[in-house]
Amino acid sequence: MDREIIIGLETHVELKTKSKIFCSCSAQFGGEPNTNTCPRCLAMPGTLPVLNKQAVEFAMKAALALNCEILPFCVFDRKNYFYPDLPKGFQTSQYTYPLARNGYIDIKVNGKTRRIRINRIHLEDDAGKSIHEKNYSLVDLNRAGVPLIEIVTEPDIRSPEEARLYLEKLKAILEYTEVSDCRMEEGSLRCDANISLRPFGSDKLGTKTEIKNLNSFRSVQRGLEYEVWRQNQALDNGEEIVQETLQWDEDLGVTVPMRSKEEAHDYRYFPEPDLVPTVITEEWIEAVRSTIPELPDSRFKRFVEEYGLPEYDAEVLTASRPVADYYEACLKFCPDPKAVSNWVMVDLFALLKANNMELADCLISPENLGEMIKLIKEGTISSKIAKTVFEEMFKTGKTASTIVEEKGLVQISDEGELRALVERVVAESPKSVEDYKNGKKKALGFMVGQVMKETKGKANPQLVNKLLLEILDN
Amino acid sequence: MKLNELTAHRLHEMLINREVSARDITEAVFNRIDEVEDELKAYVRTTKDLAYQQAEEVDQKIQRGENIPPLAGIPIALKDNICTKGVHTTCSSKMLENFIPPYDATVVEKIKENSAVIVGKTNMDEFAMGSSTETSAFYPTKNPWDITRVPGGSSGGSAAAVAADETIVALGSDTGGSIRQPAAFCGVVGLKPTYGVVSRYGVVAYASSFDQVGTITKDVTDCALLLNVIAGHDSNDTTSVKREKVDYTKALIDNVKGLKIGVPKEYFAEGLDPEVEKAVLESVEVLKSMGAQCEEVSLPHLKYALPTYCIIAMAEASANMARYDGIRYGYRTPEASDLIELYKKTRSEGFGNEVKRRIMLGTYALSTGHYDAYYLKAQKVRTLIKQDFEEIFKKVDVLLAPVTPDVAFRLGEKVDDPLTMYLTDSLTVPANIAGLPAISIPCGFKEGMPIGLQILAKHFAEATLLQVAYTFERNTDFHRRKPNYKGQEGGKN
Ligand SMILES: [Zn+2]
Repeated sequence: MDREIIIGLETHVELKTKSKIFCSCSAQFGGEPNTNTCPRCLAMPGTLPVLNKQAVEFAMKAALALNCEILPFCVFDRKNYFYPDLPKGFQTSQYTYPLARNGYIDIKVNGKTRRIRINRIHLEDDAGKSIHEKNYSLVDLNRAGVPLIEIVTEPDIRSPEEARLYLEKLKAILEYTEVSDCRMEEGSLRCDANISLRPFGSDKLGTKTEIKNLNSFRSVQRGLEYEVWRQNQALDNGEEIVQETLQWDEDLGVTVPMRSKEEAHDYRYFPEPDLVPTVITEEWIEAVRSTIPELPDSRFKRFVEEYGLPEYDAEVLTASRPVADYYEACLKFCPDPKAVSNWVMVDLFALLKANNMELADCLISPENLGEMIKLIKEGTISSKIAKTVFEEMFKTGKTASTIVEEKGLVQISDEGELRALVERVVAESPKSVEDYKNGKKKALGFMVGQVMKETKGKANPQLVNKLLLEILDN
Repeated sequence: MKLNELTAHRLHEMLINREVSARDITEAVFNRIDEVEDELKAYVRTTKDLAYQQAEEVDQKIQRGENIPPLAGIPIALKDNICTKGVHTTCSSKMLENFIPPYDATVVEKIKENSAVIVGKTNMDEFAMGSSTETSAFYPTKNPWDITRVPGGSSGGSAAAVAADETIVALGSDTGGSIRQPAAFCGVVGLKPTYGVVSRYGVVAYASSFDQVGTITKDVTDCALLLNVIAGHDSNDTTSVKREKVDYTKALIDNVKGLKIGVPKEYFAEGLDPEVEKAVLESVEVLKSMGAQCEEVSLPHLKYALPTYCIIAMAEASANMARYDGIRYGYRTPEASDLIELYKKTRSEGFGNEVKRRIMLGTYALSTGHYDAYYLKAQKVRTLIKQDFEEIFKKVDVLLAPVTPDVAFRLGEKVDDPLTMYLTDSLTVPANIAGLPAISIPCGFKEGMPIGLQILAKHFAEATLLQVAYTFERNTDFHRRKPNYKGQEGGKN
């Protein structure tokens, strides 16, 4: 039986504020264990929280970028549970009144736009980290008190692929607003999923399971695909789905139930008496709204309209803000949108991927890439040579012209010099000439290749082509 | 009279006139501590070295001819739930027996800035949960008026220390009456300020929406002086209120003419000892004779005050106590085979019965299935009680009431009967529920034990409250009597 997939995602995102949400400790990632701590985030007796306004603003910024409405006040609740990396014995979160509600993200699935509604976004403090050794556990509280937002969707997602696309888009938007690094590997973006199946046409939701530990885009899709398969199997066998919390095991590729002890929580939420409500005025909201940059959707539209890029290019280039920024910076030095797009999307991405690097680590400045493309257009270097130059630029950070000069890579466009060479190649390739005359146009390519080989790729290929045709067709 | 028997304002005069040194005063206090502490047990720990060092600094200032603030060189005792940097802060609990805070509470910073001399940390009910100082994990404190009786609680150590002249002034904290009740039992002046007037930063939380630091002193003038020092907004405590600085000594006016006094009948309900009732009603007459106008008023929801307080305070306490898990500081069980056992043993061994009882009750009140019936309902009733007070204070300036249903009870009398014990707070919790300022001043005696008069005012009307208290004190003699405990001279200051 074919069943409809119903997925809702809960995403935790660490905000990259300067300091933690309720104390002045640095919120920077890393540091020796327990060095970014103070009496407040260690929950020493008598300490009280003081709300970091920047955390509220970052959360507001994210919420506005996700099309949410912001509540006129910011209040907190205590979420009670015991864990060694939770110093207060409760998490300071928002339960009854989240910071923001009723937003959405549009994603593109098979060329169609799908709207995934966001139910709520709330602000809370992160816990620390437990490090389990064989016979003991250690606790690092550097992350305890780092501000988090939790973004909860409506059950609008209809496939594991959509879940991944939603998450990618969410990450892009949050990166654009610069409120989070969204590094899944560092845990600054974490995702839990609720999933259930039901017969098509039914308006009743099936029993759901919750999957935790979906720590990469890949595992979001794989974990959900597995769970769809598992639930379908179970239902086909006439079994009931048990409402439970599962853990995704990336190595084994399966979901496994968490121990019931770990999920049997009654959080006993109640209003946090140590924090007075923070009033959020319309003026404040508007001030934050004015700091939101152009977001992926409108940038995509502009790239298509203004630069005449194919939708595919615009999509790839605007998926991440650093790439889009880089691309537009290159255009300042070389106003050829498609050429720049090709170099960035194809060559640069390939090298980054091969070297396991990020754009931020790239030594090629937009100015240098722009200059290199100009050298091609001016005929100073061939496209082929440009690949070599580009690799060298990537390795050394030198400008294209420096590399061309150092390595003597200037394109040979001197007709006299090339004509002599072309005549020689023609004379030495009677078989190819004959083939060509017999209509095998491929033979021409061979002879161009020979000339390029002789010149170590420096010959202007258009000119070689022209000269060959002249000589052969005479 | 001995120096340790005097008030802060009298000693301040003597200091600036160079009749005595801060060292002399400190010495007198420590001599008295040596004399009585073995029996009275008002302190958990004294800080003699720190005290003499602070006294020395004040003496040097005086010698240099510098101006000194009113509390400079004045010995002060701090309830042991107020964090002191480098000095054990135990909350009279095994859980924090070895806890040394790396920071000062804001009120301690202010005390130090004003050069008061910190004598020590006073005994209390464990984590301020109790009304007799008997739930202290260390020992009960005795009432200097009768050492077979309790000093009240939870700030029993502070009140007993002031009454027995083991300090000049003291700080306590008041969550449901923990300053006013022991002040009444020990015949001293105890003020719980409006919620938000004094910073709670560094004061170990019992029930966050009720806790408020306040003063325990020998008279109303010292109360105003100490309040001047500790009051004020603190950016470390967002529930502390931003207000213009008030000089509370300006409120010390011997005049209540035209002031409207309300006598809320619900405070005089069943269970109130007739002699206590008589003393309070006579106090009303005193103020009437001074020109105050009096009327009986009613607070219809007051009968729900105690259960409302219990539910919300214990709910908050259940979360506030969660941090004592044996992981980062405080007591940790020496043996546990896994995490759950570590939690269970640490908390079972580290907390006393009353703390456990309140954690359990509070946890229950917040649990799924009980939340609406208990916690939510209590919050609604809290609003109704607040509204009752708001209405009343449109008509009158202050309310007069007893502090406790009876005078100090005997050690051991109620400690095994929690419900009866909770009832001793029934007349003090309403001020905490509504966040109002309230003071207890001596207004009579029964069987040689002091009776307290409670005066309540609207939010931030500490000045009105002090004015009434001051006028009453100037025109009566109750505050002059001392317990006559181990050689106290008593008499006039
Ligand atoms: Zn911190």
